[in-house]
Amino acid sequence: MKILVAIKQVASRDSVLKQSADSRWIDETDLTYEINEPDAYALEAGLQLKEQHGGEVVVAAAGPSRVSSSIREALAKGADRAIHIEEEGLDGWDSLSLARLLAAAARTESPDVILTGLQSDDAGRGETGVMMAELLGMAHATIVMKIDVEGGVLKVKRELEGGWFQDLTVPMPALLAVQSGINKLRYATLMGIKKARTKEVKVMTAADLGIDAAPLAVLERLAPPVKKKQGEMIEGTPREQAAKLIEKLRFEARAI
Amino acid sequence: MSRVLVIAEQQGGALHRMSLETVAAGQSLGGELIVAVMGAGAAGAAQSLGGYRAAKVVVLDHPALGVYTAAAAVQALAWVIAAEKPDVVLLPHTYRTRDFAPRLAARLGRPLVSDAVSVAMDEKGLVVERQLFQGKMAGTFRCDSSGPAIVTIQAGAYRADLAEAGTAPVTTVAPELGELGPSAVPGEPYRESARTVDLSAAERIVAAGRGIKEEGNLEIVKELAEALGAELAASRPICDNGWMGMERQVGSSGQTVAPKLYVAVGISGAIQHIVGMKGSKCIVAINRDPDAPIFESADYGIVGDLFDVVPAIVKELRRV
Ligand SMILES: Cc1cc2nc3c(=O)[nH]c(=O)nc-3n(C[C@H](O)[C@H](O)[C@H](O)COP(=O)(O)OP(=O)(O)OC[C@H]3O[C@@H](n4cnc5c(N)ncnc54)[C@H](O)[C@@H]3O)c2cc1C
Ligand SMILES: Nc1ncnc2c1ncn2[C@@H]1O[C@H](COP(=O)(O)O)[C@@H](O)[C@H]1O
Repeated sequence: MKILVAIKQVASRDSVLKQSADSRWIDETDLTYEINEPDAYALEAGLQLKEQHGGEVVVAAAGPSRVSSSIREALAKGADRAIHIEEEGLDGWDSLSLARLLAAAARTESPDVILTGLQSDDAGRGETGVMMAELLGMAHATIVMKIDVEGGVLKVKRELEGGWFQDLTVPMPALLAVQSGINKLRYATLMGIKKARTKEVKVMTAADLGIDAAPLAVLERLAPPVKKKQGEMIEGTPREQAAKLIEKLRFEARAI
Repeated sequence: MSRVLVIAEQQGGALHRMSLETVAAGQSLGGELIVAVMGAGAAGAAQSLGGYRAAKVVVLDHPALGVYTAAAAVQALAWVIAAEKPDVVLLPHTYRTRDFAPRLAARLGRPLVSDAVSVAMDEKGLVVERQLFQGKMAGTFRCDSSGPAIVTIQAGAYRADLAEAGTAPVTTVAPELGELGPSAVPGEPYRESARTVDLSAAERIVAAGRGIKEEGNLEIVKELAEALGAELAASRPICDNGWMGMERQVGSSGQTVAPKLYVAVGISGAIQHIVGMKGSKCIVAINRDPDAPIFESADYGIVGDLFDVVPAIVKELRRV
């Protein structure tokens, strides 16, 4: 089974974010980066599928040269090879253009299963994977919480709203958008890190793939959100904050 | 004048609560509003939709639409979009919409902006606001206007009770679906297990988020819950890690709660968490990041390290 996992590199969680000078994105100086959380789960799901059913795990990541650190991490965890679509400025691309780019890269591999994260922590669209499925003419499933292979088809568990679930049968080739928490993430071993250095990373550009950005939905401005309802902030030392809070909960909100 | 098509979601005749929020969003754009609805029970749901101001309500009736699949939904909606020629298509940002809307946009080669908090029309076309970076940034998007723009609306962004009443004629059409592409075959929805904890009945809730860092640190929030006589709950990552049972998860995929007091400890305030607890009477947020989105929903906010603040509150509660 050939498995392609799309991973996005995003600013680390808990980063302090500032608007960029042109107000089109965030200021990227001094930021650290990591693999988008659900994508890390998608990678783990891919590695487990390979361990159970054999085959190969290829990771694909589109972004600037810094993305190579996340690619190395994925290879160290056990992915066999990688594709790096090296492009600056992809954050300004709309989702359909980006999906076309990733689908073009996927086409060169003809995978049986494509795994993506459910959504990215930065753009947060939850669109790219499902669009890729359409562009590639594959069946898909979203918010995937469990993946089994039975008799040549995928059996997946999908999360519904409010604590409900649903099992789906998905014919291959298929694209699955994986939800965080589907499995337990592994750490890269020292051995894995060493081996990763020798694994193949194919570097290509959007031009190589014949894809250009079509500005269908343009991000004109990115800014810190306007604060609408700022509740009452309680200041002071922790002890003072505690005392004031309890006072307010007792006599103002009457909540205790 | 612009034409706006709202795709309402329903299940067995009951409208999804976000459908009317999306109708309100559609009405706010002015222009001619068409509401479409599909799936088993759509005719019943269309009757309630007919009670709102719109040009018409269209029931998409086809045997293949009875049980939801993305393949049939995309074909039916591509058909109704071709028939109605809207400038804007609005959908509630539900789990179901997430599943097919990107496919629909890709099929039509049209822009999609998901999880929008506002939509507006100006001379140049549609302008959409949405959150990025888990609510820490706000983005303004402009959509290409050479055809329909597709936008999904975030839960709670528009108020259902502000949807204008009226009378809209209901018509039923049979879309031509043609051949359906490869598709996932859905099974019956189920619940994992009987709920052992009913958080919806709790008067007070203390909820822990990823800010607590380690499972062992949960003791700190447990003590706070005890001192307040509160039930314990959590954000998703805590349950994903297995530190608390799934039945204690609050949010769109967990429980919806509305206690007298909700204390969020080390929770950032992602929309999927907020929808599950914003109905609480009094919300307290404790977070060391002064810009954490949770403070937007809080009645009382404490910026500080939870490892200092929470024990101080416990001590104070025990003192008096
Ligand atoms: C389809 C879908 C469904 C989802 N369903 C749910 C759901 O039902 N429920 C849910 O909760 N989430 C859900 N999520 C996930 C949601 O998007 C967020 O990722 C999640 O709510 C984040 O949890 P958190 O706030 O605990 O963690 P984080 O976002 O990591 O926030 C941790 C916070 O702790 C603060 N912090 C860190 N250290 C300290 C300290 N020492 N003292 C004080 N504060 C500190 C940080 O400033 C930060 O704000 C869903 C996501 C998707 C895509
Ligand atoms: N630049 C990228 N490179 C590789 N995969 C991506 C990229 N952007 C998005 N993806 C994949 O698409 C998923 C959904 O992203 P999004 O539509 O931005 O929420 C992510 O979880 C990734 O798996």
